[in-house]
Amino acid sequence: MRINLQNVEHKYQVNTPFERAALTDVTIDIPSGTYLAVIGHTGSGKSTLLQHLNGLLQPTKGYIQVGEQRITAGKKEKNLKAIRKRVGIVFQFPEHQLFEETVLKDICFGPMNFGVSEEEAIRLAKESITKVGLGEEILEKSPFDLSGGQMRRVAIAGVLAMQPEVLVLDEPTAGLDPRGRKEIMDLFYSIHKDSGISTILVTHSMEDAARYADEIVVMHKGSVFERGKPRDIFSRSAELAELGLDVPNTVKVQLMLERSTGLKFGRICLSLDELTSEIAASMKRGDLS
Amino acid sequence: MMDKLIFGRYVPADSAIHKMDPRSKLIMVFLFVFVIFLANNVVSYALVAVFTLAIVKLSKVPARFLINGLKPVLILILFTFLLHLFFTKEGELLYKWNVIEIYSGGLRQGIFISLRFAFLIVITSILTLTTTPISLTDGLETLFNPLKKWKLPVHELALMMSISLRFIPTLLEETDKIMKAQAARGTEFSSGPVTSRMKAVVPLLIPLFVSSFKRAEELAVAMESRGYRGGEGRTKFRLLRWERKDTYLVLAICILGILLIVFRT
Repeated sequence: MRINLQNVEHKYQVNTPFERAALTDVTIDIPSGTYLAVIGHTGSGKSTLLQHLNGLLQPTKGYIQVGEQRITAGKKEKNLKAIRKRVGIVFQFPEHQLFEETVLKDICFGPMNFGVSEEEAIRLAKESITKVGLGEEILEKSPFDLSGGQMRRVAIAGVLAMQPEVLVLDEPTAGLDPRGRKEIMDLFYSIHKDSGISTILVTHSMEDAARYADEIVVMHKGSVFERGKPRDIFSRSAELAELGLDVPNTVKVQLMLERSTGLKFGRICLSLDELTSEIAASMKRGDLS
Repeated sequence: MMDKLIFGRYVPADSAIHKMDPRSKLIMVFLFVFVIFLANNVVSYALVAVFTLAIVKLSKVPARFLINGLKPVLILILFTFLLHLFFTKEGELLYKWNVIEIYSGGLRQGIFISLRFAFLIVITSILTLTTTPISLTDGLETLFNPLKKWKLPVHELALMMSISLRFIPTLLEETDKIMKAQAARGTEFSSGPVTSRMKAVVPLLIPLFVSSFKRAEELAVAMESRGYRGGEGRTKFRLLRWERKDTYLVLAICILGILLIVFRT
Protein backbone atom coordinates (compact mmCIF):
# COMPACT_ATOMS: atom_id res chain seq x y z
CA MET A 1 0.00 0.00 0.00
CA ARG A 2 1.29 3.36 -0.97
CA ILE A 3 1.64 6.18 1.51
CA ASN A 4 2.05 9.72 0.33
CA LEU A 5 2.68 12.74 2.53
CA GLN A 6 2.07 16.10 0.91
CA ASN A 7 3.37 19.32 2.50
CA VAL A 8 2.70 17.98 5.96
CA GLU A 9 3.16 20.37 8.82
CA HIS A 10 2.61 19.53 12.47
CA LYS A 11 2.54 22.00 15.31
CA TYR A 12 2.26 20.95 18.93
CA GLN A 13 0.06 22.93 21.35
CA VAL A 14 -1.29 25.30 18.75
CA ASN A 15 -2.43 28.71 20.02
CA THR A 16 -0.55 28.49 23.29
CA PRO A 17 2.73 30.13 24.27
CA PHE A 18 4.25 26.65 24.01
CA GLU A 19 3.45 26.28 20.29
CA ARG A 20 6.24 24.70 18.33
CA ALA A 21 6.51 23.13 14.91
CA ALA A 22 7.75 19.54 14.88
CA LEU A 23 7.27 19.10 11.13
CA THR A 24 7.45 21.80 8.50
CA ASP A 25 6.47 21.05 4.94
CA VAL A 26 7.30 17.35 4.68
CA THR A 27 6.61 15.65 1.37
CA ILE A 28 7.48 11.95 1.14
CA ASP A 29 6.18 9.31 -1.21
CA ILE A 30 6.46 5.72 -0.02
CA PRO A 31 5.55 3.31 -2.84
CA SER A 32 4.18 -0.11 -1.97
CA GLY A 33 6.81 -2.62 -0.95
CA THR A 34 9.57 -0.15 -0.11
CA TYR A 35 11.94 -0.56 2.81
CA LEU A 36 12.52 3.00 3.91
CA ALA A 37 14.84 4.05 6.73
CA VAL A 38 14.33 7.40 8.43
CA ILE A 39 17.39 8.80 10.16
CA GLY A 40 17.89 12.08 11.93
CA HIS A 41 19.15 13.65 15.08
CA THR A 42 17.03 13.57 18.27
CA GLY A 43 14.29 16.17 17.86
CA SER A 44 14.41 16.15 14.07
CA GLY A 45 10.76 15.11 13.90
CA LYS A 46 11.14 11.40 13.14
CA SER A 47 8.73 10.22 15.83
CA THR A 48 6.19 12.89 14.98
CA LEU A 49 6.43 11.85 11.34
CA LEU A 50 5.74 8.20 11.99
CA GLN A 51 2.75 8.94 14.21
CA HIS A 52 1.16 10.61 11.21
CA LEU A 53 1.36 7.44 9.16
CA ASN A 54 -1.62 5.82 10.91
CA GLY A 55 -3.48 8.88 12.08
CA LEU A 56 -2.32 8.97 15.71
CA LEU A 57 -1.43 12.56 14.98
CA GLN A 58 -3.15 14.68 12.39
CA PRO A 59 -1.31 17.25 10.33
CA THR A 60 -1.92 20.94 10.96
CA LYS A 61 -1.33 21.54 7.24
CA GLY A 62 -1.13 19.33 4.17
CA TYR A 63 -2.45 15.79 3.84
CA ILE A 64 -1.47 12.14 4.08
CA GLN A 65 -2.75 9.67 1.55
CA VAL A 66 -2.82 6.15 2.96
CA GLY A 67 -4.05 3.78 0.26
CA GLU A 68 -7.44 5.13 -0.75
CA GLN A 69 -7.92 7.10 2.43
CA ARG A 70 -6.77 10.63 2.95
CA ILE A 71 -6.07 12.38 6.24
CA THR A 72 -6.35 16.11 5.60
CA ALA A 73 -5.41 18.90 7.99
CA GLY A 74 -8.38 20.33 9.86
CA LYS A 75 -10.79 17.63 8.73
CA LYS A 76 -11.95 14.97 11.14
CA GLU A 77 -11.27 11.61 9.58
CA LYS A 78 -13.90 9.13 10.71
CA ASN A 79 -12.39 5.85 9.74
CA LEU A 80 -8.99 6.00 11.39
CA LYS A 81 -9.45 2.45 12.59
CA ALA A 82 -9.30 1.14 9.03
CA ILE A 83 -6.01 2.96 8.54
CA ARG A 84 -4.64 1.61 11.81
CA LYS A 85 -5.48 -1.93 10.75
CA ARG A 86 -3.44 -1.51 7.59
CA VAL A 87 -0.53 0.40 9.10
CA GLY A 88 0.97 -1.37 12.12
CA ILE A 89 3.36 0.50 14.37
CA VAL A 90 5.94 -1.12 16.61
CA PHE A 91 6.78 1.61 19.09
CA GLN A 92 10.00 2.08 20.97
CA PHE A 93 10.04 -0.32 23.93
CA PRO A 94 6.86 -2.05 22.71
CA GLU A 95 6.93 -4.37 25.73
CA HIS A 96 5.42 -1.47 27.72
CA GLN A 97 2.10 -2.06 25.96
CA LEU A 98 1.61 -5.63 27.25
CA PHE A 99 -1.29 -5.97 29.66
CA GLU A 100 -3.19 -9.23 29.30
CA GLU A 101 -3.08 -12.28 31.56
CA THR A 102 -1.55 -14.51 28.93
CA VAL A 103 0.67 -13.95 25.94
CA LEU A 104 -2.01 -15.48 23.73
CA LYS A 105 -4.65 -12.98 24.83
CA ASP A 106 -2.27 -10.10 24.39
CA ILE A 107 -1.39 -11.06 20.84
CA CYS A 108 -5.08 -11.60 20.02
CA PHE A 109 -5.94 -8.13 21.37
CA GLY A 110 -5.00 -6.26 18.19
CA PRO A 111 -6.61 -8.58 15.61
CA MET A 112 -9.82 -8.88 17.65
CA ASN A 113 -10.07 -5.10 17.95
CA PHE A 114 -10.10 -5.05 14.18
CA GLY A 115 -12.97 -7.51 14.02
CA VAL A 116 -11.18 -10.83 13.50
CA SER A 117 -12.95 -13.85 15.01
CA GLU A 118 -11.47 -15.54 18.06
CA GLU A 119 -10.42 -18.75 16.29
CA GLU A 120 -8.80 -16.75 13.52
CA ALA A 121 -7.03 -14.54 16.09
CA ILE A 122 -5.65 -17.62 17.87
CA ARG A 123 -4.41 -18.98 14.56
CA LEU A 124 -2.73 -15.65 13.81
CA ALA A 125 -1.21 -15.56 17.30
CA LYS A 126 0.34 -19.00 16.84
CA GLU A 127 1.62 -18.01 13.43
CA SER A 128 3.20 -14.76 14.61
CA ILE A 129 4.73 -16.20 17.78
CA THR A 130 6.71 -18.66 15.65
CA LYS A 131 7.61 -15.84 13.26
CA VAL A 132 9.29 -13.93 16.07
CA GLY A 133 11.25 -17.03 17.07
CA LEU A 134 9.41 -18.13 20.21
CA GLY A 135 7.77 -21.47 20.93
CA GLU A 136 4.01 -21.96 21.16
CA GLU A 137 4.35 -23.08 24.79
CA ILE A 138 4.96 -19.44 25.74
CA LEU A 139 1.40 -18.51 24.71
CA GLU A 140 -0.06 -19.69 28.01
CA LYS A 141 2.42 -17.78 30.17
CA SER A 142 1.88 -14.36 31.66
CA PRO A 143 3.70 -11.71 29.63
CA PHE A 144 5.09 -10.29 32.88
CA ASP A 145 6.97 -13.50 33.67
CA LEU A 146 9.05 -13.28 30.52
CA SER A 147 12.54 -11.89 30.06
CA GLY A 148 12.98 -8.45 28.49
CA GLY A 149 13.92 -9.87 25.11
CA GLN A 150 10.98 -12.29 25.11
CA MET A 151 8.58 -9.50 26.07
CA ARG A 152 9.85 -7.45 23.14
CA ARG A 153 9.21 -10.36 20.77
CA VAL A 154 5.74 -10.96 22.15
CA ALA A 155 4.88 -7.28 21.68
CA ILE A 156 6.15 -7.41 18.11
CA ALA A 157 4.10 -10.56 17.50
CA GLY A 158 1.07 -8.58 18.74
CA VAL A 159 1.55 -6.08 15.94
CA LEU A 160 2.38 -8.71 13.29
CA ALA A 161 -0.82 -10.61 14.13
CA MET A 162 -2.78 -7.58 12.89
CA GLN A 163 -1.44 -8.45 9.42
CA PRO A 164 -0.57 -4.87 8.54
CA GLU A 165 0.18 -3.91 4.95
CA VAL A 166 2.69 -1.36 6.14
CA LEU A 167 4.94 -1.95 9.12
CA VAL A 168 6.32 1.09 10.89
CA LEU A 169 9.20 0.47 13.29
CA ASP A 170 10.39 3.03 15.81
CA GLU A 171 13.82 1.90 16.95
CA PRO A 172 12.59 -1.64 17.49
CA THR A 173 15.91 -2.90 18.86
CA ALA A 174 16.68 -0.16 21.41
CA GLY A 175 18.05 -1.69 24.60
CA LEU A 176 18.64 -5.20 23.18
CA ASP A 177 21.95 -7.05 23.09
CA PRO A 178 23.77 -7.25 19.74
CA ARG A 179 22.57 -10.75 18.98
CA GLY A 180 18.94 -9.97 19.79
CA ARG A 181 19.24 -6.85 17.66
CA LYS A 182 20.42 -8.71 14.62
CA GLU A 183 17.82 -11.46 15.03
CA ILE A 184 14.98 -8.96 15.26
CA MET A 185 16.20 -6.85 12.37
CA ASP A 186 16.65 -9.99 10.22
CA LEU A 187 13.15 -11.05 11.20
CA PHE A 188 11.66 -7.77 9.99
CA TYR A 189 13.65 -8.00 6.80
CA SER A 190 12.44 -11.51 6.02
CA ILE A 191 8.82 -10.48 6.70
CA HIS A 192 9.35 -7.55 4.38
CA LYS A 193 10.76 -9.79 1.65
CA ASP A 194 8.33 -12.69 2.07
CA SER A 195 5.04 -10.81 2.28
CA GLY A 196 6.04 -7.77 0.27
CA ILE A 197 4.80 -5.25 2.85
CA SER A 198 6.28 -1.79 3.03
CA THR A 199 8.55 -1.23 5.99
CA ILE A 200 9.43 2.12 7.48
CA LEU A 201 12.25 1.99 9.98
CA VAL A 202 13.13 4.89 12.25
CA THR A 203 16.57 4.23 13.60
CA HIS A 204 19.72 5.65 15.11
CA SER A 205 21.75 2.74 13.82
CA MET A 206 23.42 3.69 10.55
CA GLU A 207 24.46 0.05 10.13
CA ASP A 208 20.82 -1.07 10.10
CA ALA A 209 19.85 1.72 7.71
CA ALA A 210 22.70 0.75 5.36
CA ARG A 211 22.09 -2.97 5.56
CA TYR A 212 18.32 -3.23 5.15
CA ALA A 213 16.88 -0.11 3.57
CA ASP A 214 16.18 0.45 -0.12
CA GLU A 215 16.10 4.16 0.51
CA ILE A 216 16.99 6.53 3.32
CA VAL A 217 15.27 9.75 4.32
CA VAL A 218 17.38 12.15 6.36
CA MET A 219 15.30 14.37 8.61
CA HIS A 220 16.58 17.65 9.95
CA LYS A 221 14.71 20.25 12.00
CA GLY A 222 11.31 18.96 10.99
CA SER A 223 11.84 18.66 7.27
CA VAL A 224 13.34 16.24 4.77
CA PHE A 225 16.97 17.12 4.35
CA GLU A 226 17.81 14.46 1.83
CA ARG A 227 16.49 11.28 0.34
CA GLY A 228 18.40 8.67 -1.57
CA LYS A 229 19.90 5.23 -1.83
CA PRO A 230 22.04 4.24 1.18
CA ARG A 231 25.20 4.33 -0.89
CA ASP A 232 24.54 7.88 -2.02
CA ILE A 233 23.52 9.10 1.40
CA PHE A 234 26.54 7.64 3.16
CA SER A 235 28.95 8.98 0.57
CA ARG A 236 28.25 12.44 2.03
CA SER A 237 29.75 11.86 5.43
CA ALA A 238 30.72 15.52 5.88
CA GLU A 239 27.14 16.71 5.32
CA LEU A 240 25.81 14.08 7.73
CA ALA A 241 28.36 15.05 10.35
CA GLU A 242 27.06 18.61 10.21
CA LEU A 243 23.60 17.31 11.13
CA GLY A 244 25.09 15.37 14.01
CA LEU A 245 24.75 12.05 12.16
CA ASP A 246 27.24 9.27 11.67
CA VAL A 247 28.10 6.90 8.84
CA PRO A 248 28.31 3.10 9.23
CA ASN A 249 31.52 1.79 10.76
CA THR A 250 32.64 0.22 7.48
CA VAL A 251 32.45 3.63 5.82
CA LYS A 252 34.44 5.13 8.68
CA VAL A 253 37.18 2.53 8.24
CA GLN A 254 37.14 3.09 4.51
CA LEU A 255 37.53 6.85 4.90
CA MET A 256 40.38 6.38 7.37
CA LEU A 257 42.15 4.01 4.99
CA GLU A 258 41.65 6.33 2.05
CA ARG A 259 42.98 9.27 4.02
CA SER A 260 46.08 7.49 5.30
CA THR A 261 47.01 5.81 2.01
CA GLY A 262 45.76 8.34 -0.50
CA LEU A 263 43.85 5.59 -2.29
CA LYS A 264 40.30 5.91 -3.56
CA PHE A 265 38.04 2.85 -3.41
CA GLY A 266 35.61 2.32 -6.26
CA ARG A 267 32.49 2.52 -4.08
CA ILE A 268 31.27 3.32 -0.61
CA CYS A 269 31.42 0.09 1.37
CA LEU A 270 28.22 -0.52 3.30
CA SER A 271 29.08 -3.98 4.59
CA LEU A 272 32.08 -5.83 5.88
CA ASP A 273 32.08 -8.05 2.79
CA GLU A 274 32.24 -5.08 0.48
CA LEU A 275 35.03 -3.51 2.47
CA THR A 276 37.13 -6.68 2.58
CA SER A 277 36.70 -7.30 -1.14
CA GLU A 278 37.71 -3.70 -1.92
CA ILE A 279 40.79 -4.04 0.30
CA ALA A 280 41.64 -7.42 -1.25
CA ALA A 281 41.28 -5.96 -4.73
CA SER A 282 43.61 -3.06 -4.06
CA MET A 283 46.12 -5.39 -2.40
CA LYS A 284 46.07 -7.54 -5.51
CA ARG A 285 46.74 -4.48 -7.64
CA GLY A 286 49.63 -3.74 -5.32
CA ASP A 287 48.26 -0.36 -4.19
CA LEU A 288 48.01 -1.59 -0.62
CA SER A 289 50.43 -3.76 1.22
CA MET B 1 -3.97 17.74 29.00
CA MET B 2 -1.43 19.77 30.96
CA ASP B 3 -3.06 23.06 29.99
CA LYS B 4 -6.09 22.38 32.14
CA LEU B 5 -4.26 21.24 35.22
CA ILE B 6 -3.69 24.04 37.62
CA PHE B 7 -2.77 22.03 40.69
CA GLY B 8 0.95 21.93 41.28
CA ARG B 9 1.64 24.41 38.55
CA TYR B 10 4.02 27.11 39.60
CA VAL B 11 3.83 30.51 37.93
CA PRO B 12 7.10 32.33 38.40
CA ALA B 13 6.81 36.04 39.16
CA ASP B 14 8.55 38.62 41.27
CA SER B 15 6.03 39.33 43.98
CA ALA B 16 5.84 39.67 47.75
CA ILE B 17 3.82 36.47 48.01
CA HIS B 18 6.31 34.53 45.90
CA LYS B 19 9.15 35.57 48.16
CA MET B 20 7.41 34.59 51.36
CA ASP B 21 8.35 31.59 53.42
CA PRO B 22 6.23 28.58 52.41
CA ARG B 23 5.45 28.02 56.09
CA SER B 24 3.70 31.35 56.48
CA LYS B 25 1.67 30.71 53.33
CA LEU B 26 0.72 27.25 54.54
CA ILE B 27 -0.36 28.60 57.93
CA MET B 28 -2.34 31.35 56.20
CA VAL B 29 -4.20 28.89 53.94
CA PHE B 30 -4.80 26.51 56.85
CA LEU B 31 -6.29 29.29 58.99
CA PHE B 32 -8.22 30.72 56.06
CA VAL B 33 -10.09 27.44 55.62
CA PHE B 34 -11.46 27.83 59.18
CA VAL B 35 -11.84 31.59 59.21
CA ILE B 36 -13.99 31.66 56.07
CA PHE B 37 -16.67 29.61 57.84
CA LEU B 38 -17.12 32.46 60.31
CA ALA B 39 -18.48 34.74 57.60
CA ASN B 40 -22.27 34.78 57.52
CA ASN B 41 -23.44 38.23 56.48
CA VAL B 42 -22.75 40.84 53.83
CA VAL B 43 -20.15 42.73 55.86
CA SER B 44 -18.17 39.65 56.79
CA TYR B 45 -18.22 38.32 53.21
CA ALA B 46 -17.04 41.72 52.01
CA LEU B 47 -14.12 41.50 54.45
CA VAL B 48 -13.17 38.04 53.14
CA ALA B 49 -13.45 39.34 49.58
CA VAL B 50 -11.15 42.26 50.33
CA PHE B 51 -8.61 39.92 51.92
CA THR B 52 -8.73 37.49 48.96
CA LEU B 53 -8.41 40.24 46.38
CA ALA B 54 -5.51 41.80 48.29
CA ILE B 55 -3.66 38.47 48.27
CA VAL B 56 -4.35 38.00 44.55
CA LYS B 57 -3.15 41.53 43.82
CA LEU B 58 0.01 41.03 45.86
CA SER B 59 0.82 37.71 44.21
CA LYS B 60 0.83 39.23 40.69
CA VAL B 61 -0.62 35.97 39.35
CA PRO B 62 -2.55 36.71 36.13
CA ALA B 63 -6.32 36.42 36.68
CA ARG B 64 -6.46 34.04 33.72
CA PHE B 65 -4.74 31.32 35.75
CA LEU B 66 -7.18 31.68 38.61
CA ILE B 67 -10.20 31.62 36.31
CA ASN B 68 -8.84 28.47 34.67
CA GLY B 69 -8.45 26.97 38.11
CA LEU B 70 -12.07 27.75 38.93
CA LYS B 71 -13.44 26.23 35.74
CA PRO B 72 -13.31 22.54 36.76
CA VAL B 73 -15.22 23.24 40.01
CA LEU B 74 -17.72 25.58 38.38
CA ILE B 75 -20.25 22.77 38.02
CA LEU B 76 -19.92 21.95 41.70
CA ILE B 77 -20.38 25.60 42.63
CA LEU B 78 -23.40 25.91 40.36
CA PHE B 79 -24.88 22.72 41.77
CA THR B 80 -24.61 23.87 45.39
CA PHE B 81 -25.98 27.26 44.39
CA LEU B 82 -29.07 25.70 42.81
CA LEU B 83 -29.50 23.31 45.71
CA HIS B 84 -29.62 26.18 48.16
CA LEU B 85 -31.74 28.28 45.85
CA PHE B 86 -34.50 25.70 45.58
CA PHE B 87 -34.42 23.97 48.92
CA THR B 88 -33.78 26.66 51.53
CA LYS B 89 -37.17 27.85 52.62
CA GLU B 90 -36.37 30.93 54.64
CA GLY B 91 -37.15 34.62 54.32
CA GLU B 92 -39.81 35.93 52.00
CA LEU B 93 -41.09 34.20 48.87
CA LEU B 94 -39.58 35.82 45.78
CA TYR B 95 -40.87 33.63 42.99
CA LYS B 96 -43.28 30.78 42.60
CA TRP B 97 -44.02 28.58 39.63
CA ASN B 98 -45.65 25.20 40.11
CA VAL B 99 -43.65 23.36 42.76
CA ILE B 100 -40.64 25.67 42.38
CA GLU B 101 -40.44 28.23 45.14
CA ILE B 102 -37.55 30.59 45.58
CA TYR B 103 -37.10 32.35 48.89
CA SER B 104 -34.83 35.31 49.62
CA GLY B 105 -33.02 33.25 52.24
CA GLY B 106 -32.24 30.60 49.65
CA LEU B 107 -30.88 33.13 47.19
CA ARG B 108 -28.75 34.68 49.90
CA GLN B 109 -27.46 31.34 51.12
CA GLY B 110 -26.75 30.18 47.56
CA ILE B 111 -24.68 33.26 46.79
CA PHE B 112 -22.78 33.03 50.07
CA ILE B 113 -21.92 29.35 49.71
CA SER B 114 -20.78 29.80 46.09
CA LEU B 115 -18.61 32.73 47.11
CA ARG B 116 -17.12 30.70 49.94
CA PHE B 117 -16.22 27.97 47.47
CA ALA B 118 -14.67 30.41 45.03
CA PHE B 119 -12.61 32.17 47.72
CA LEU B 120 -11.31 28.87 49.06
CA ILE B 121 -10.22 27.73 45.64
CA VAL B 122 -8.61 31.05 44.78
CA ILE B 123 -6.61 31.17 48.01
CA THR B 124 -5.44 27.55 47.78
CA SER B 125 -4.49 27.99 44.11
CA ILE B 126 -2.52 31.09 45.06
CA LEU B 127 -0.51 28.89 47.40
CA THR B 128 0.44 26.38 44.71
CA LEU B 129 0.81 29.01 42.00
CA THR B 130 3.31 31.05 43.98
CA THR B 131 5.24 28.27 45.72
CA THR B 132 7.43 25.71 43.99
CA PRO B 133 6.50 22.12 44.89
CA ILE B 134 9.93 21.67 46.45
CA SER B 135 9.63 24.56 48.88
CA LEU B 136 6.05 23.55 49.60
CA THR B 137 7.18 20.13 50.81
CA ASP B 138 10.09 21.73 52.65
CA GLY B 139 7.63 23.98 54.43
CA LEU B 140 5.33 21.10 55.30
CA GLU B 141 8.22 19.07 56.60
CA THR B 142 9.39 21.81 58.99
CA LEU B 143 5.84 22.58 60.09
CA PHE B 144 5.16 18.96 60.94
CA ASN B 145 8.55 18.42 62.53
CA PRO B 146 7.22 18.56 66.13
CA LEU B 147 5.06 15.54 65.33
CA LYS B 148 8.20 13.41 65.18
CA LYS B 149 7.88 13.10 68.94
CA TRP B 150 4.85 10.91 68.32
CA LYS B 151 6.79 8.73 65.88
CA LEU B 152 5.17 10.28 62.79
CA PRO B 153 7.55 9.75 59.82
CA VAL B 154 7.53 13.41 58.82
CA HIS B 155 10.58 13.32 56.58
CA GLU B 156 9.37 10.23 54.75
CA LEU B 157 5.93 11.75 54.19
CA ALA B 158 7.46 14.92 52.79
CA LEU B 159 9.70 12.87 50.54
CA MET B 160 6.72 10.87 49.30
CA MET B 161 4.95 14.09 48.47
CA SER B 162 7.82 15.59 46.55
CA ILE B 163 8.38 12.36 44.64
CA SER B 164 4.73 12.17 43.61
CA LEU B 165 4.74 15.80 42.50
CA ARG B 166 7.93 15.18 40.56
CA PHE B 167 6.41 12.22 38.71
CA ILE B 168 3.15 13.84 37.58
CA PRO B 169 4.60 15.01 34.24
CA THR B 170 6.43 11.70 33.75
CA LEU B 171 3.23 9.77 34.27
CA LEU B 172 1.33 12.01 31.86
CA GLU B 173 3.97 11.38 29.23
CA GLU B 174 3.85 7.66 29.86
CA THR B 175 0.04 7.69 29.61
CA ASP B 176 0.27 9.42 26.26
CA LYS B 177 2.75 6.86 24.95
CA ILE B 178 0.73 3.83 26.05
CA MET B 179 -2.50 5.35 24.73
CA LYS B 180 -0.87 5.74 21.34
CA ALA B 181 0.54 2.22 21.36
CA GLN B 182 -2.87 0.75 22.21
CA ALA B 183 -4.65 3.03 19.73
CA ALA B 184 -2.31 1.67 17.07
CA ARG B 185 -3.60 -1.79 18.05
CA GLY B 186 -7.18 -0.71 17.48
CA THR B 187 -8.30 0.54 20.90
CA GLU B 188 -10.66 3.48 20.65
CA PHE B 189 -10.35 5.93 23.52
CA SER B 190 -12.34 8.87 22.24
CA SER B 191 -14.99 7.39 19.99
CA GLY B 192 -17.40 4.49 19.98
CA PRO B 193 -19.95 3.39 22.61
CA VAL B 194 -19.37 4.22 26.28
CA THR B 195 -18.98 0.58 27.33
CA SER B 196 -16.15 -0.07 24.89
CA ARG B 197 -14.51 3.19 25.92
CA MET B 198 -14.61 2.08 29.54
CA LYS B 199 -13.08 -1.24 28.57
CA ALA B 200 -10.33 0.67 26.78
CA VAL B 201 -9.09 1.87 30.17
CA VAL B 202 -7.79 -1.60 31.09
CA PRO B 203 -5.07 -1.81 28.43
CA LEU B 204 -4.02 1.68 29.50
CA LEU B 205 -4.03 1.30 33.29
CA ILE B 206 -2.31 -2.07 33.61
CA PRO B 207 0.84 -1.10 31.71
CA LEU B 208 0.81 2.20 33.58
CA PHE B 209 0.75 0.42 36.95
CA VAL B 210 3.42 -2.04 35.90
CA SER B 211 5.77 0.70 34.78
CA SER B 212 5.09 2.79 37.88
CA PHE B 213 6.03 -0.08 40.16
CA LYS B 214 9.15 -0.72 38.13
CA ARG B 215 10.04 2.94 38.27
CA ALA B 216 9.53 3.05 42.03
CA GLU B 217 11.78 0.04 42.48
CA GLU B 218 14.48 1.60 40.32
CA LEU B 219 14.23 4.90 42.15
CA ALA B 220 14.58 3.17 45.51
CA VAL B 221 17.68 1.31 44.36
CA ALA B 222 19.17 4.49 42.91
CA MET B 223 18.56 6.37 46.17
CA GLU B 224 20.00 3.66 48.35
CA SER B 225 23.06 3.27 46.17
CA ARG B 226 23.70 6.96 46.65
CA GLY B 227 23.65 6.47 50.40
CA TYR B 228 20.14 7.62 51.26
CA ARG B 229 19.30 6.71 54.84
CA GLY B 230 16.14 8.70 55.54
CA GLY B 231 16.03 12.05 57.31
CA GLU B 232 18.48 11.13 60.06
CA GLY B 233 21.15 13.84 60.36
CA ARG B 234 20.36 15.17 56.92
CA THR B 235 21.05 18.86 56.36
CA LYS B 236 19.19 21.05 53.89
CA PHE B 237 20.49 22.81 50.82
CA ARG B 238 17.64 25.34 50.75
CA LEU B 239 17.14 26.93 54.14
CA LEU B 240 13.80 28.46 54.98
CA ARG B 241 13.95 32.00 56.31
CA TRP B 242 11.10 33.50 58.29
CA GLU B 243 11.01 37.23 57.69
CA ARG B 244 8.95 40.12 58.87
CA LYS B 245 6.51 39.93 55.94
CA ASP B 246 5.74 36.34 56.90
CA THR B 247 4.72 37.48 60.34
CA TYR B 248 2.55 40.15 58.72
CA LEU B 249 0.77 37.58 56.59
CA VAL B 250 -0.06 35.39 59.59
CA LEU B 251 -1.13 38.48 61.54
CA ALA B 252 -3.36 39.56 58.65
CA ILE B 253 -5.26 36.28 58.64
CA CYS B 254 -5.60 36.42 62.44
CA ILE B 255 -6.98 39.96 62.24
CA LEU B 256 -9.41 38.83 59.56
CA GLY B 257 -10.57 36.10 61.90
CA ILE B 258 -11.10 38.54 64.76
CA LEU B 259 -12.94 40.99 62.51
CA LEU B 260 -15.22 38.23 61.31
CA ILE B 261 -16.05 37.21 64.87
CA VAL B 262 -16.92 40.85 65.58
CA PHE B 263 -19.02 41.45 62.50
CA ARG B 264 -20.79 38.14 62.08
CA THR B 265 -24.37 37.85 63.17
